[in-house]
Amino acid sequence: MRITIVRRINQAFFLALFLWFCLCATLGESFWRLRGWPVNWFLQLDPLVALGSIATTRTLYAGLLWAVVTVAITALLGRFFCGWVCPFGALHHLVGWIGSRARSVRERIEVNRYRGAQRSKYYVLLFLLVAAVGGYFFKLDSVASSSLLTGFLDPIPLVYRSVNLLLLPLADSSLRMVSASQRHYDGAWLSGALFLGALLLNLAIPRFYCRFVCPLGALFGLLGRYALWRPGKKSGKCSQCGLCNSRCEGACDPAGAIRISECVLCMNCLDTCCDNLMGYNPFRSLCGETLAPDLSKREFVTTAICAMAAVPMLRLDGRLGKNYDPALIRPPGALSEPDFLDRCIRCGQCARVCPTNVIQPATIKEGIEGLWTPALNMRAGTSGCQKECTACGKLCPTAAIRPLSLDEKLGLGSFRGDGPLRIGTAFVDRGRCLPWAMDKPCIVCQENCPVSPKAIFVKESFPEVRDGRLAVASLSGTTACLSAPVKAHRLDTGDFFIALQAGGVADRRRIVSNSGDSITFESGFSPELRASAGQKFTVQIRLQAPVVDPKRCTGCGVCEHECPVSGRRAIRVSAEGESRSRKHSLLLRA
Amino acid sequence: MKKMGKERPGQPGMDRRDFLIRLAKAGATVGVAAGVGYFLHDPFGPRASAEKPPGVLPDFIVPGVGKKIAIATGGGRIKAIDGAIEALGGMGSFIKKGDRVLMKVNCAFASPPSLCATTSPELVAEVTRLCFRAGAASVAVTDNPINDPESCFSLSGIGEAARSSGAELILPRESLFTEFTAPGSSLIRDWPVFTGAFTGVTKLIGICPVKDHHRSGASMAMKNWYGFIGGRRNIFHQNIHTFIKDLALMIKPTLVILDGTFTMVSNGPTGGSLSDLKKTETMIASTDQVAADSAGARLLGKTAKDLPFIMQAERAGVGTADFESLKPYRVSIG
Repeated sequence: MRITIVRRINQAFFLALFLWFCLCATLGESFWRLRGWPVNWFLQLDPLVALGSIATTRTLYAGLLWAVVTVAITALLGRFFCGWVCPFGALHHLVGWIGSRARSVRERIEVNRYRGAQRSKYYVLLFLLVAAVGGYFFKLDSVASSSLLTGFLDPIPLVYRSVNLLLLPLADSSLRMVSASQRHYDGAWLSGALFLGALLLNLAIPRFYCRFVCPLGALFGLLGRYALWRPGKKSGKCSQCGLCNSRCEGACDPAGAIRISECVLCMNCLDTCCDNLMGYNPFRSLCGETLAPDLSKREFVTTAICAMAAVPMLRLDGRLGKNYDPALIRPPGALSEPDFLDRCIRCGQCARVCPTNVIQPATIKEGIEGLWTPALNMRAGTSGCQKECTACGKLCPTAAIRPLSLDEKLGLGSFRGDGPLRIGTAFVDRGRCLPWAMDKPCIVCQENCPVSPKAIFVKESFPEVRDGRLAVASLSGTTACLSAPVKAHRLDTGDFFIALQAGGVADRRRIVSNSGDSITFESGFSPELRASAGQKFTVQIRLQAPVVDPKRCTGCGVCEHECPVSGRRAIRVSAEGESRSRKHSLLLRA
Repeated sequence: MKKMGKERPGQPGMDRRDFLIRLAKAGATVGVAAGVGYFLHDPFGPRASAEKPPGVLPDFIVPGVGKKIAIATGGGRIKAIDGAIEALGGMGSFIKKGDRVLMKVNCAFASPPSLCATTSPELVAEVTRLCFRAGAASVAVTDNPINDPESCFSLSGIGEAARSSGAELILPRESLFTEFTAPGSSLIRDWPVFTGAFTGVTKLIGICPVKDHHRSGASMAMKNWYGFIGGRRNIFHQNIHTFIKDLALMIKPTLVILDGTFTMVSNGPTGGSLSDLKKTETMIASTDQVAADSAGARLLGKTAKDLPFIMQAERAGVGTADFESLKPYRVSIG
């Protein structure tokens, strides 16, 4: 079997495996759901994820250790990941192949020639790593610090994010396999634009992203420079027909002095060489190699300086300090904001697995650094943050959302002293709340509060309804005959009361039924009250107005989700009181 | 490989030396990756941040001096403070040669000295002078104001008074605050405290005016320590009396000076009008901050029992609310 066939089978296998893992990141008990499937495996294999988080946290979290395997194989064999494993690479390969089908050999040679601009990906890598490592040298405060920005362009988080938050919800809108109702993701278009844009560019130049942008490819290029086996010519007697360049995926110029750092090991040159000169050899190409990428000192320094300047510029808005956005609610277990940003790679796994779809990728509203990081939007999903669920932290590949036990989330067992984990605090907007503002009974929020005892309690009151004076012609037992008609059944919902005030005393009875000219209530008024002079009859409504007990509220947002004031909710969760930041405390402890 | 070798015997491509060098370098890459992975591997991830164990701020009480209080009346600020300090045995009984003195003023508001919302600059200058005369090596003046710090120190006149009398000014900078847990306090836990101001300090003097304060009832010597707290400290207003008691437990001053030359009797603690002030012509100096506040309360027409933080501090053993029991030195200046 030809090596390129083996490669295609490999690519297809890993692409399918990747898509399978994306599908499996669904909570549930079927075999295809999240039941131990290593759904983060591709992220864990990605050494840029590992390197980025080492740069910002000096630790390598759990499964990220897999990156060592990738690094080791790359060091020995070259960029095998790009050509054989990378699911994003496979997609580029496919689209590029489609785009090149109509091209003549000459056109193919032209489109696959090495371009000097391919060095740009090394600068992308440099930029991202310098931005991430800056804090190692100077961490004066939150401004002059480091920031993990790799996730924007790192192909593995990018392809996870794109499939999870764009393709899968679209595909599922007709299949209804992943979730019972349509999943929505805020700002998915931007993520999608990057993904589709990157794919469409392959029609112009195959593997455009891999050649010009991909920081992971650049990293592999550097790691693989000493590879023991490397593609190249087995003999110097080359006719220079240039056919090997025609199908070269990496545009690494195999016909000339092959650029090892650009080679994605597609092995097409082995196929296309008429003279069978090309091989994957333990020696360097006999037509020579070009080892180092064409980097210039000036460009290198400029990029590094730009990266060092970028982080302070991003952070000068003060969002990490006093100017934090109270509308930004992070998932339960999310680290304090600076630590969170040190780890989040924007892969979207938390948003993918969240059973209620309440975790959303943040939009540009949260700044560049906040873009595509997880934020809870209580209106968007099917409910708030579920009390008994810790899926997002369990899945997070970098522990930006740390794995929580249910005990810790709920404040049980050994965590009893700490109380439940809070992601914010609900605030009642008394100007929009139906009982508070409009004398309408409601308290949906109180009913749905999942905390026990409930974090929402009610204040009961019996205000007089608008134009509530009743013209009572006569009162007998539990019936009042009216001299001015009222609308039949308007007052017999169970929430209305007839109140009798006389001689400084007042009493009320629940209205059981009303016709146009009479009202019946549940029991009669006392004879004394009925006998008093100056009787005044009014209609009252029993209201229960919700009040939040901030000591009990966990900020789960179920109340906000359920609030019938559907636009801008009358009860909303705000980040004050979130456990992850003492600076956002609302209440004194103790 | 065999075939290749056969095809190119002795050709430069099959360079054993080059292969071995690459083997070594690739091996080193693998080794470094494995080593880094091994040493930095963190199988569990970050935990909820654990609270730091309680820290202790230095004790600035001068041994052997004991609990004393002096109350000077009349004569204006300078004479009154001189008289009160003299009555306590002179500044020399508190400040020794080489002492590095930290003076905690109340500079909370960007307000002119005439409104008495902040410590009087002439008092700052005079106490600085007394400290230097007693042999102090340095005097530093500090506060973490509520309003913009630089504006506060400049408008209150304290900045200029400190500079012209040779004292150093310590403005609150983020780096001077550390997360601190005060022993025995249920409130000051992992909270930013202005510990950087204490670096190298050997004596601490608190100086503040007597002011009305709506939430706590009075702003005096014990509440003055609020300025050693950072962060969103107004959260402590939810339990202000206990908090003031905890402050008094945490800070052990050499001396406190309560300036009741004018007392802000209304619209406190910001004041803002001369009509908020009452001329009370009293200067209180004490080694017992509870006694000082108790005596100061009189100027506001209150007693210690009206101010729960005084009684709480007494119960916590900070000092005595019954300042008369200390047999105050009463100095009346012409």
